[in-house]
Amino acid sequence: MHDLAPMTALGASEPRTDTIGPIRITEAPDWALASVAARLGQEATCQTALRKLLGTPAPGVAAQASGPVLSAFWIGPHIWMFEAPYATHPDLAQQVKAACADTASVTDQTGAWVRFELTGRDLPRLMERLCNLDMGAMQAGHARRSVIEHLGCYVIRHEDSITLYGPRSSAQTLHHALITAARSVF
Amino acid sequence: MIINHPLLGPCDAQEFTYKGDARLIDRPDGMAEGSGPAFYDYAYLRDNPAGEHRELWFHEQGDRSWLVVTRNTVTHDIISVELARDVARSMGRSR
Repeated sequence: MHDLAPMTALGASEPRTDTIGPIRITEAPDWALASVAARLGQEATCQTALRKLLGTPAPGVAAQASGPVLSAFWIGPHIWMFEAPYATHPDLAQQVKAACADTASVTDQTGAWVRFELTGRDLPRLMERLCNLDMGAMQAGHARRSVIEHLGCYVIRHEDSITLYGPRSSAQTLHHALITAARSVF
Repeated sequence: MIINHPLLGPCDAQEFTYKGDARLIDRPDGMAEGSGPAFYDYAYLRDNPAGEHRELWFHEQGDRSWLVVTRNTVTHDIISVELARDVARSMGRSR
């Protein structure tokens, strides 16, 4: 048995937190992800299965929805990303696949993304330097994909925080962009 | 340039990539009799109008949907934006 130490996307043993002015940027490594794409002609059946799995209807266009255990956000027409804490759902993709069977194609996305939580006030002032999305107009429960530092990232707006997913292989680039923008604002 | 995405609303053109003439949707049947000339036409022959042009755009840095954008190449006005899926279906295609 190898004695391997897990590393976060930023290459450390502990997730990184940066506090700059009124905002806090925290790396959140403990999330399992799975994408679900409904198959052609199976969209309605798939959404019924996802509703049962999630405990609430699968989110509509550009929306995020949280059930009692899992949460999900819309990433394209009839495509969703499911999220759950990794500790309790290391097999999230298998669970989602079991729920929707042949109505959808499911891909494990856990190792593909780095997740950052942005908290604090004035987050729109930070985000307006980073991407095209109008954060001031984006309500809680909205989820969009856009470009940050040339990287395709998912941005999910919560009541008083923002969740950001970027490509894991470019985690340091994205982190650098966040820190640089935050320092220039605050 | 702003493209008014039918699902997501106005999006910056930076998020899109351009594919070409919307006629590319209408791929000929390669197994049909005499498909050679049809494919020659499909692959090489394009109109290059000064005025309204229907184009395929891909929302690569967004929801990754394909769009048919009707655009005036002289004034850069965008006249309409539709999901390519809806356009293909309206032409009688299954997807």
